[in-house]
Amino acid sequence: MEGTERTKPEGGRETRTIAVDLVARVEGEGALRVTVKDGTVQDVELRIFEPPRFFEAFLQGRHYSEVPDIVARICGICPVAYQMSAVHALEQIFAVKVEGTLRDLRRLLYCGEWIESHALHVYLLQAPDFLGYDSGIAMAKDHAAVVTRGLRLKKAGNAIMTLLGGRSVHPVSVQVGGFSRVPLRRELEALKDELLWARDAAMETVRWVASFEFPDFTPDYTYVALRHPDEYPLNEGQIVASNGLQISVSEFEQHFTEHQVAYSNALHCTLQGAPYLVGPLARLNLNQKHLTLLTTQALADLGLALPLRNPFHGIIARAVEVLYALDESLRLIERYEPPPLPSLPVTVRAGIGMACTEAPRGILYHRYHVDGDGLIREAKIVPPTSQNQGRIEQDLRLFMPRLLSRPDNEVALECERVIRCYDPCISCATHFLKLDIKREGAM
Amino acid sequence: MHLLCDPFLEAGHQAGRGDVKRDEPRSSSIRIIGLGNELRGDDAVGLLVARRLRQEVGDRTEVIEAEMVGVDLIALMEGARVTILIDAARSGQSPGTIHRLDASAGPIALQIFPHSSHVLGISEALELARVMGVLPPRVIVYGIEAGNTEAGQALSSPVANALDKVVGQIIQECETCYA
Repeated sequence: MEGTERTKPEGGRETRTIAVDLVARVEGEGALRVTVKDGTVQDVELRIFEPPRFFEAFLQGRHYSEVPDIVARICGICPVAYQMSAVHALEQIFAVKVEGTLRDLRRLLYCGEWIESHALHVYLLQAPDFLGYDSGIAMAKDHAAVVTRGLRLKKAGNAIMTLLGGRSVHPVSVQVGGFSRVPLRRELEALKDELLWARDAAMETVRWVASFEFPDFTPDYTYVALRHPDEYPLNEGQIVASNGLQISVSEFEQHFTEHQVAYSNALHCTLQGAPYLVGPLARLNLNQKHLTLLTTQALADLGLALPLRNPFHGIIARAVEVLYALDESLRLIERYEPPPLPSLPVTVRAGIGMACTEAPRGILYHRYHVDGDGLIREAKIVPPTSQNQGRIEQDLRLFMPRLLSRPDNEVALECERVIRCYDPCISCATHFLKLDIKREGAM
Repeated sequence: MHLLCDPFLEAGHQAGRGDVKRDEPRSSSIRIIGLGNELRGDDAVGLLVARRLRQEVGDRTEVIEAEMVGVDLIALMEGARVTILIDAARSGQSPGTIHRLDASAGPIALQIFPHSSHVLGISEALELARVMGVLPPRVIVYGIEAGNTEAGQALSSPVANALDKVVGQIIQECETCYA
């Protein structure tokens, strides 16, 4: 739904307010307000008005063992990310080191989430923008085979999640020290045929999205991601940035600062006072040497050189990560031998622990303060979408000037496309988006 | 807080069916799918209808509880001749009001099921299935108007009463299908 409102304040200057009440294909409830004065973009405010959910507060006083199941409920799309950041932070406090097969299983579970989340975004949320459709349903009318492939790909991710997590949404098997249950070898083997199909489909997906036409738009980003010495980052690593920053996760709060803005219910997070970018594009650009041979080859065959600097190339980065996640899943399944125990013993002790893992949308930081009874005294959670908010606003400021001569409804649509590049999960940070463009003065 | 709504699934449980609790696949081609969020008051009603029906319907009917299923609803309907979906509705009518919609005849009103935290609500998922040519031949949607959807609440009494009625209607509907 769109609307245009015109008012003439003193001096005869025109103020136009354009509202789009329902922007589809964004996870969460928010709005965008843009003020344009004398043909120049003045203010861009991404307003996240989904009510605060107080997860950090109601973790207080809970037993540490309840945390993975509570934080999983923060998001229906990336529950594993919340569980992983939580268990790693708590294990740091209890000096538990999950290694070997249990570590592999966590990595495999995380791959399942990446496949699910990325396949949904690539096929149903963002691809319609490039193919000229206003929804995934409209696109499916003309491209049923493609959408069928996308849904089957997503289902392959669901299968991993269901086997390892007990269910495909809000897994129930993750616990501090490991899992409540680990799969039998034959159960994992049973996934292989479908994952092999999915890996081929993911290769097709990379070729498909790389064939799209992309706007010429390359902002100067500071990319932030985890980096691990031996592998493409999922569960562990140092925090690195394209500006040279290289810190341990425990130093996160010394460099990254959350602050409140009056117009949003989600905190903004900045790196040394400036916006930055997290997510697939940042991860890929900062970790290309850890891609698998197949993934590297796929990029080379398409003539795609990293770093990718265009936010619209995020769809390529997601497709590449789906391919990577399937390749990695097959590797992990191939070498799987069930561990002697599904979980390591945990001895409670008081302390503070931090962890950062790579959620589908970027780094997800957790910090917990646990007392001697294993109860949570304090929790802090910094989700990727809140970290990207400032960067989304900055992108819109840079992208909008080229749009201003166009009618408001077109400006609105283009802004939504920029926002969707980030696959924002507004439930994590905010459900639909209202777009409000205010124009003041002469164009 | 009771977060572990579902026990961990047994080994050999069929994977890839979304966040579901289901009976073993049967030869039946009637499939009942209850949708919703167990932790949010009246939003759980679809799941609870399915849970009750599992005890009431015969072996010829497969029953699935699917929490927060989104686009995966399409996969859940795959291969069924008749699908009966039950979900909480929010159209502004009084809590407990029962809507019965025939989605095989055409799109169901988006306004009745406006809430989805997973991008695609039930109306959109059904339309996507339709355009992809995979909508089962017969799809009936029961919507029960929700009242209170606050986290941690039990079903409100009008919705609990509606649950009993819908269970009865669906049992009759299944019998008609097998007649």
